[in-house]
Parts: sequence; structure tokens; C-alpha cells
Amino acid sequence: MIKYFFKAISVALITISLTLISAVSFAATDVRIMWYGDGDKENVPMQGQIDAFNAANPDINVILDIVPYDAIMNTLPIQLAAGEGPDIARVTDLGGLNKYYADITPHVANPQYYEDSFGPFLKWYRKAGDTSSIHGFHSTMTVTGPYVNKTLFEQAGVDLLGPGATWAEWADAANAVASKLDIPIPMAWDRSGHRVSGPAVSMGAKYFDANGDPKLVDDGLKAMTQMLYDWHQDGTMSKDLWGSVSGTKYHAPNDWWNAAEVVFMMSGSWQIGRFANEVGDDFDWWAVPAPCGPAACTGMPGGNALLAFTANDAVGKVMDYLSSKEQLGAFIGEVLAIPGHLDLPVDYQTDDPNAKHALETFAGAVPTIDQVAFDLQAHVDNRIMFNAIISRLGQAIVGEMSLEEAWVKMDEDVEKQLKEKYGG
Amino acid sequence: MKNIRSKIKNFFITIFKIPFGFLMHTIDIIMWPIQKIIGVRNMPYIFLLPNLIFFGLFVIIPLGVNVAFSITGGDELLFADREFSGSKHYNDLFNCESYLNPNTCKEDFFWRGVYNTIFFVIFQVGLMIFFSLLTAVILNKKIIGRGFFRSVFFFPVLLSPVVVGLIWQWILLKNGILNAVIEANGGDKFSFLTDPGWAMTSSIFVSIWAHMGFYTLIVLAGLQAIPPNLYEAAEMDGTSTERTFFRITLPLLMPNLLVVFILASIKGVQTFDEIYVLTGGGPGTSTSLIVQYIFTTGFASSGSVQNFGLAAAASMVLGIVLLCLTLIQLFLGRNKETKHQEI
Amino acid sequence: MNSSTNIIKDIVTQKKYKEKYHWTDYFSYFYLFLGVFLMFGPIIWLGLSSVKTNAGIQEYPPTILPLSQIQVEVDGYDKPLSLYNVTLDDGSQTQLAEIKRVGITSKMVDPNDAEKKYKIPIDKREKIREFSVQWGNYLDPLRKYNFLLYFKNSIFVTVIATIITLIINSMAAYALSIYEFRGKTVALVFVIGTLLIPLTIILVPVFYVIANFGMINSLWGVILPGAATPTGVFLLRQYMLTLPRELIEAARMDHASEWAIYWRIVLPLSIPAIAVLAIFSIMWRWNDFLWPLIVLSKSEVYTLQIALNAFHGELTSQWNYVLAMTMVTLLPIALIFAYLQKFITTGIASTGMK
Repeated sequence: MIKYFFKAISVALITISLTLISAVSFAATDVRIMWYGDGDKENVPMQGQIDAFNAANPDINVILDIVPYDAIMNTLPIQLAAGEGPDIARVTDLGGLNKYYADITPHVANPQYYEDSFGPFLKWYRKAGDTSSIHGFHSTMTVTGPYVNKTLFEQAGVDLLGPGATWAEWADAANAVASKLDIPIPMAWDRSGHRVSGPAVSMGAKYFDANGDPKLVDDGLKAMTQMLYDWHQDGTMSKDLWGSVSGTKYHAPNDWWNAAEVVFMMSGSWQIGRFANEVGDDFDWWAVPAPCGPAACTGMPGGNALLAFTANDAVGKVMDYLSSKEQLGAFIGEVLAIPGHLDLPVDYQTDDPNAKHALETFAGAVPTIDQVAFDLQAHVDNRIMFNAIISRLGQAIVGEMSLEEAWVKMDEDVEKQLKEKYGG
Repeated sequence: MKNIRSKIKNFFITIFKIPFGFLMHTIDIIMWPIQKIIGVRNMPYIFLLPNLIFFGLFVIIPLGVNVAFSITGGDELLFADREFSGSKHYNDLFNCESYLNPNTCKEDFFWRGVYNTIFFVIFQVGLMIFFSLLTAVILNKKIIGRGFFRSVFFFPVLLSPVVVGLIWQWILLKNGILNAVIEANGGDKFSFLTDPGWAMTSSIFVSIWAHMGFYTLIVLAGLQAIPPNLYEAAEMDGTSTERTFFRITLPLLMPNLLVVFILASIKGVQTFDEIYVLTGGGPGTSTSLIVQYIFTTGFASSGSVQNFGLAAAASMVLGIVLLCLTLIQLFLGRNKETKHQEI
Repeated sequence: MNSSTNIIKDIVTQKKYKEKYHWTDYFSYFYLFLGVFLMFGPIIWLGLSSVKTNAGIQEYPPTILPLSQIQVEVDGYDKPLSLYNVTLDDGSQTQLAEIKRVGITSKMVDPNDAEKKYKIPIDKREKIREFSVQWGNYLDPLRKYNFLLYFKNSIFVTVIATIITLIINSMAAYALSIYEFRGKTVALVFVIGTLLIPLTIILVPVFYVIANFGMINSLWGVILPGAATPTGVFLLRQYMLTLPRELIEAARMDHASEWAIYWRIVLPLSIPAIAVLAIFSIMWRWNDFLWPLIVLSKSEVYTLQIALNAFHGELTSQWNYVLAMTMVTLLPIALIFAYLQKFITTGIASTGMK
């Protein structure tokens, strides 16, 4: 009896596992979007919009592949090189992938809308010499800049600095707060070449020579890297943050920030939604204007764009839908970001005073961004420069080479990479 | 208890048997006419074929492709778009003013990877042999719950490298449990993962933790193969335990220790996943091993140029190192076999 | 059971006879218990941490048991408020619920009397916590992030890859052990050759091959490249060499086909070696990381290891999910281990493979 029972169960199990196996083969799809999001805060609204689109357009099936940021940075380029890859992706390396972008001008309802709404950003996506193609649109605009833990400043009785304060003054203030309250990390920066570049421009870095070709190391960049190096030596910044990864890998100090162990954090506007979510009521976080160097007081512009790798009417329709004032405005309003749209009134869905203040601060910072920073962001090979800065600076900080050696290596890295890419 | 166990066992056997038999019968329908046509003598080729096809597709062809990658340049994956560059990538890899100072090398990350790997392998393998020997000797004693202890030490071998990396990162973090314990006992926090020296130490420790159980079993097998009458004789002579160990156990264990040595060094050179998860290769490049160099150069370039050619060239170099290690293994293995026959 | 009582008896009688423990005995037990602590401690700590709240995980110094702050309902407030132990100005202690924190002072209310409100400096309050297990850490990823799908993918890869590996490896081993034929040595050398070339060395070109087959973002692209393991062929061949040839000759007399001899006679006799290979194949495939990381980028084909890395590699780590899903990832392996531990340790020791 029992034997038959087991036999029956085993047959049932085999059937189930076979159906499971067959379920793994997937249906054909129409439009695939490879998307990274800053957690549910961004993923949920996006998925909502996609679902609405699918419901309204039964002939198009949009699939949102939510992947980690790492996959956008590393896997996407390989897959594109292999001729695979999605139809649309949310990309931050805007220029670096431009050989794969598709021109969707004939497939969108109104190309002029893209020109009018996203004009200055469209050229960030285009290949050199191209002035007309439309590849996609900015889903959010970002500006890099610092935040402070205002509650800690209040507890320590140290005043926040106003606009025009220099990096050195901010470092002193952060150190004063930290030493008074015994906070382990006065200052923390995102480990990213892009983040480092705003301050570098403030210190006078030019990034390009007279012909507009990359020329990474100059006095401005030296001044900024020296400053970061010194801060790591004197304890203003903790080696534990940048030391937890190597090479060009991105690392954000959010864990420490959320635990109120950081006084001053250099990151950017995309953190607003995340802080509103994660810090909540634990402390007041305050965005402050970009500190100054001798040359400027600027952050880096940036952002992420939804860009097309396939040109067809379905992709055009999806782009039209997602870039429409209505949808984009709703998305920006929910994720608490700065719009990359020139004419988009946004109704932010938050009553967090910290978030509101931060949004104002960063939106107000956009006009103050230095032209060098804009040119750098628009350059196709800016990632190569960012990566060279961060990997070599990281090595210098842990003592694998002197700062002088690191500067030499930075220039060599850029030269080497460009040579491999363009031949010669 | 035993009854249920055997029922479960029978249950699983039934699950496997039905589809297996079905599959095999189906294949037989195809194989039978083949055998009729080509004859029994040629059947082994048919049996070998599937495996050889896989080897060919995923080992032999890729080897050729790898050579082709290593002598072409550019950031394209398809050969139509790649330019011939000759030995450029190999020249770049070995372009050093002084091999002792990676900073003077053109591809200094490669050489840092090489030196880190050498350092890692020397300490990891040395300590691995020591601890697996120690553990095996203890497990070979008459102790209570030997079976239990034996499986305890083997357990981490089954864990995935990612899980190993994550668990230990979680423990060794600056704000992790280990630092909490140290602070509670009046010590200062250590940067186990973010200080260059400590990061390497932690990596070696974690890697030994993860793999020691396997090598312990090999040593244990050797210990159990030592004839007990040798020990009895030694005891009769009144030889001390220590002397017995160094005069009888260790020499007879040498073949097994050699196997451990070779296997552990081949595996050690290939280490990547667990360290990549644990330290990310940092701080700086102090725990970046050579496979990580290949991985980041060819794949995880974060927006820099994907240098497939350089990655391929580096993996050819690594392949040659592994070839040497394996040849040593085969050579020593042969020596061992002949010795056994002599005995 | 029986054997362990025997061992105990042995030890007791032996020690009575010897009367004295050697120092190595003390050391042995010390070492073994240290070993148990070192090998299992991390897993237990992981398990405990995996049911904490995210705040509890970030806390330093960490608590051993999962605790979370007590929330109370207070009249007139929509959301439950967090409860604190507060030291008032007069030095007395009381329990208050927090309405809102403004800067460094906290507006608080007496949970029993919603009219009584206080302004308290935030360093005068202390969270009240209770033991609570956050099963949500396990359930959320399974619900929201499709971990069930990743689990299914991992099982699919593991099962199919192991089946393919066992079949083609045993076929090759059968050919290399039972028959004499021209080119046997060449085939053997060929197999040894592949032993030298681990996948990590030829990542780029295998990716290229897979791309040409259109198997990127397909689970087959993960399954196929590692299917023909030289170690598997070797292990099985060594075992099959020991099988009695008379059985095979007898079967041939009975006009059994070569295929039938292979699966009806040789395979059943090789079960011990096949089982060891199966366990290793399951382990390799379940734990496989580097290769899937490169091949798979569509979330629907993620395996558990890749999904786990994705959680970890997000802009910030969602540690509560990472830890919980790590537990889920190692659970099947732990179960296999618990059930087959004796077999694994003796089987591997006797075949001496990896």
C-alpha cells in the first residue's frame, strides 16, 4: 500500500517539476527596459507607469528588468558588445555607450518636444559631430553636492556655514562637530570619480587641453586630490569607507550616514528620496550649497537617461509615454528628484522639511554649475577620466604609491585607454 | 526512525528510477541500429562523443579564441571589428622597469595581482597544510563524537563562495560582532577589511576556513591507511607520542600532504569569488588577486574601455602557470604510484 | 548510535586503564570545541541577525537576540508611536511615546494620558525594546523581489546540469575504462588537458562562444559550459576500472546492446562513485557565481547567488534582506549535508577528489 502511495507521489512530483522546468522558458517580448532603481522608492512608481502603459497598449508588452546598478555599469556594455541587450536601458554612462544608441527620431510622435524639453542633455548622448539624433531622454537630472547632519551640528553648537564657504572651512566645521560629540567620521564622500570632479573643478581643474582633448592632471586636480589625500591622513575622512572596495568600484557611505556616524557627506541630489525613506525622523539632514575652491563653487551635473538601443515604433511609443510631462512629472514628484526637463512643474509628494529643503537647494544649484563641469559631463570619455582618478587616488590613500606617482599613473591610464579604444 | 529513513530513501530512488529508465530505453532505440551499423568495436567513440563535443566547444575552441583575442586590440567583442595588434598585450603585461616594484610597470594592476596572489597562495597553502594536518591528527584520535566533529570541519566546504564572503564580511565589518566583542573586552576596533595588512590576513583566514575541511579529509584518509601495527610496535618500544608522530606518521603521510599541497596551490591561484565579495579587492589593490584583474579588465570595467585582449593575454599567462603546477602534480603523482608498486 | 556508545565505552575503559590524560588529549578537545565554535558560530550569528530589523542590524554594539522597539497606540494619533524610557528633569524615570523629534529635542506624550505632553532632550531618552522576530526579512524578498523565481532558476540549473554531467561523464568514463580502442590514449590526454584549463582562464572566449550560440541571458548558457568535467570522467573511470569484466562478457553473450550494458550493468555498479560526483556537481552548480554573473543580466533568469549579489551590490546594501536570503541560499546545502554528512565525508575521503 505504502509503496503505491510513494509511487503516486513521485509521479506527481515529476509532473510538477516538469511544469516548473517548462515554465522557465519565456514568452517572446516586445520592449525590454533594463532599469536600475534606488530601491523601491524608484522601482515601484516606474513599474506602476509601465503597467498602466501595458494596459492601455495591448499590442505592446513592456518588460521592466530591475537590475542592480553594477549590471548597468558592467554587464550591459558586454551584452551590447555581443549584440544582445535590452531595447531601452536606464544609463548613467551617457557618452560611453553612444555607439550602441539607436536614433528614434522617425518613431516618436513629436521630435520637437524632445528638443524643447531635453535640449541641452540630448548632446550628451550623441556621437561627436551628430547634432540631430534623438536617443532618449533624461529621466532625472542630478547635481552633486554635500549634505550635513544638522542635528549633530545643533548638538555640538556649531553653526552651519553659508554659501561661499570653502572646502577647508567645511572640513574644519565637520571636525569641530565630530570631536565635540565623538562622532567617528567627520566627512564621507561617495567613492566615485564623478563626485570628486565637482570639487576638482572648483579647485581649478580643467580636464581638457586647448584642443578639447582629455588632459586630466593639472594644478586644480592636484590641489583637490591632495586635499582628499590629506583628509584621509588626518582622520577627517575615514579609510574604512573607500578601503572597502578597490579599483573603480563605486561605494556610498549611506550605512554610516544613516547611523548618524557621519557629520558631512558628499554625494548628490539622487539621495534625497533615499534619505527621506531611510533616515526618516532619526536626525535632520540638510543639503548645503557646493563648497568653494579658488576657481568656482560647483557640483557636477549628471543624471540618468532612458536610452534606446532599438529603433522601432513600439520603442518610440514607450519613450513618448514615459517622457510625457504627465508621466515624467508624476515620477519625479514621487521619487523626489530634480527634473531633467526644462519646463516641468513638479508637485513633490512629501511633507518632509529636510527633503523639501534639499530639493530647493539642489534645484538652486543647477544655474551655479561651472561650464567646465558641463563640458566634462558631456564628454564621451569622461568615465575613463573618472575611473583613472578614483582608482589611483584610492591606491595613494592606502599607501600603495605616492600622490606624485598616482598623478603620473592617472594620465597614463587615460592615455592607455584612449589608445586601446581609438587605436594608434 | 530508521524505517522512515529507508522509506524516504526508497521514495527518492523511485523518483529517479522511472524517468531514468524511460530516458535510457529511448536512447537505446537510437543506439541499437547505430551499433548494428558501426559494430561493437567502434561503440566507444559513440560513448565518448558527447563529452568530447562539450570539451571541444567550451574548452578547445575557446582556447583558440583566447589566443585570437590576446593578439587583437580594441573594445569590440566581435572579431570583424577588432584590429590585429600582435604581441602588444603581452608586451604591455611584461613592460616593467623593475619587476619588483609594480608601480614601474605599465600594467601595474596585473603585477599587483600577481604579487598578491603569490603572497596569498604561500600563506594560505602553508597554513592550510598545517591546520588540516593538525585537525586530521586530532580527528584520528579516539575521541568522543568523532563523526560529528569530522562533519563540523567539513561543513564550510559546502558553502558557496558568495555566502562565505558575505558571512565573514558581516562579522569582520568595522561595526561587526567581532569588533564589538573586542571593544567590550577593552580593546580598540580593528579595520579587519579596510587596512591593507589586515585585509590580506582576513582573506587568508576566511579562505582557509572555507576550504580546510576538504583537505583535512584527504589527510585523514592517509592517516587511516597507516597500518596500526606500526604504532603498536612503537608503543611497545616505549617511543613517546611526539617521536612517533615525527618518525612514523609524518613520513607515511607525505604523499597525502603533497596532494594537499598541489591541489591547494592550484585552487589558491584561482581564488576569486570569496575575496571579491569579502573585500572587493581593497583597500587600494591590496587583496586584488590575478583572476580579479582578468575579470575587471575584461568585464567589470565600470565604463572604462573593456580590454578583452589584455584580459585574454593575462589569462594565457595564468594558464601557463597552472599548466606548470599541474605538470608538477602529474610528475609527483607518478612518482607516488611507482613507489606504491615498489612497496 | 551503537558505534558511538562503543566509542564512549572504549574511551572510558581505556582511560581507566591508563589513568592519566596526556596533554594532547586536553588540547584535542579544546581544539575541537574551538572548531565547532568557529565553523558553526558564523552561521548561527548569521541566522540570528537575519531576523532582526534593519535598524537592529545596523546597531553598534550589536545585540545577540533580535530586538525591536515597542510601538504603542496613543489616542489622537493615526500611527503607532515609539516608546522610550525617559529621564525627566527631576531625575525620575518614566515611559513616554515620541510624537516627533525636532532638532535635538523630542516632543513626547504620555501613552496613558494623551493630554500630557513633554519636550525632552534626545539624549535623555532610551529606546524600549522587546524580543521580536522579523520574518518579513524572509517573506518580503520572496514576495516583492521574486526570490522564489531565482530559487527555481537555481534548482533548474543545478538539476539539469547535474543530470547532463552525470550522463555524459559516465558515458565517457565507460568508454575509457571498458574498451580498448584506437585513440584511447589520445582521448585520455585530451581529458587531462582540459583539467588544466579552468573556466576562469577562458572567460572571455567562452562568453564569445556562448554569444554566438545566442545563449546569453539563458540558463542553458550557464548549464552547458561546465557540463563536461574532467574530474568527473577521471573519478568514474577509476571506479569503473575495478568492475569485474565477466559480467560484461556475460551480458554480451546474451546479445545485450552496448548501451544496455552501460546503463543496466555498469551504471548501477558505479553508484557510489556517481553519488560522490552528483554531490559535487550539485554543490558546484548551486554555488556557481562568476560565470552566471557574466552570462545573466535579465532579472528573470537570475540564480540565487546572482540575486544575492544584486542585493548586496545595490547603491546601499539592504543588509536585512541580504542576510535572510543568504540563509535561504545555504539552506538546501545544509539539509543535504545534515542528511548525507556521513556519506559525504567517507565518500570523499575514499575517492579523494575535488
